[in-house]
Amino acid sequence: MARSTPEIPNASMADIAFLLLTFFLMTTTVANVKGLYIQLPPPPEVNLDDVEIPERNLFKIQINSFDNVLVEGNPWTETNRELTDQIKTFILNRGADPASSVSPDKAIVSLKTDRGTTHKKFIEMLDACQAAYYEIYAERAGVKVQRWREIISDPELDKETNAGRELKILYNKGRGVLPDGKPEIPMALSIADPTKAGG
Amino acid sequence: MVNLKFQWHCLLPILQKLEVKYLNTMAKFKKKTEAKQEIPTSSMPDVVFMLLFFFMVTTQLRDTSIMVKQRIPDATQLRKLAKKSLVSYLYIGEPQKPEQFGKEPKIQANDQFIDTKDVIQWVNAEKAKLGEFERDAITVSLKVDSEAKRGIIADVETELRKANARKLLYSTKQKMEKR
Repeated sequence: MARSTPEIPNASMADIAFLLLTFFLMTTTVANVKGLYIQLPPPPEVNLDDVEIPERNLFKIQINSFDNVLVEGNPWTETNRELTDQIKTFILNRGADPASSVSPDKAIVSLKTDRGTTHKKFIEMLDACQAAYYEIYAERAGVKVQRWREIISDPELDKETNAGRELKILYNKGRGVLPDGKPEIPMALSIADPTKAGG
Repeated sequence: MVNLKFQWHCLLPILQKLEVKYLNTMAKFKKKTEAKQEIPTSSMPDVVFMLLFFFMVTTQLRDTSIMVKQRIPDATQLRKLAKKSLVSYLYIGEPQKPEQFGKEPKIQANDQFIDTKDVIQWVNAEKAKLGEFERDAITVSLKVDSEAKRGIIADVETELRKANARKLLYSTKQKMEKR
């Protein structure tokens, strides 16, 4: 006797799958760990010796609690692009202008805020400072700025693989190496403790 | 008078013949275009299932609900961290429920608000989650609201320095570059 084989109706399968698909599409968040990377200085107790830094080797950017910016003591109204260019000329001065830096490894960019400065303005200025350094490095290494940022974030960089060594060569080309092993153009970006105003 | 009127009806047989010919040719054309015009739907469930599995595998359900405002600022010089497992998040901003938590910006770690002085403890707990050799490579991602003030962020940074978690990432979005 021929028995009819029981079958699950599969016409609605596509609908069910679509429903699940829509659910996962809606709930998916692409985790993004992107942002401005900085390395904090060692704990406050450690650096006891206050080194006197000559005025000409300092590029001072100050932001007050009303988000107004002072660059080298003068009110700043230009664009961020202009600021990046000024920082670049400051770093690469190499003693040419007596009011600007002596050499790239001595140059320090100082970013000082008030406690009342908004995070948005701070990020904007930090971005302009980092852009200056990354653009210098990228130009020296002969790559695009975006590629440079990929290189320095690449975990291969510190590994003894072929790819790692190639990246290291580019990395050293960008930052330069002094005879004592230190970088020729270190990223000397000092973020000072904020002053009390507007906290 | 000669009737010069053109007798149309004398053309009828010719027209009839033409019409028959026309219909015949159209029938031929129609035969040619009788191909199926439907998109085959039998493989649709397979395609949908494939997409479904992709999203199921890549989805990470968020385990913390963010209780502070998060208007993340824009920047151009973004760096992307390769190892997400080494990243721990701190959220700073105005509480979303000001009637319950007040209007002052607060620090959120995991699922609760913490004090500035508890940051060191939090860092040590986060470090304990990592393997022995990775502990010094811990990166703290600060997800800070645009309107939060520098004061509270600087306090957190001081604590992070004390806790020896000195790799820091200010979470930002990509700004469209105008050139």
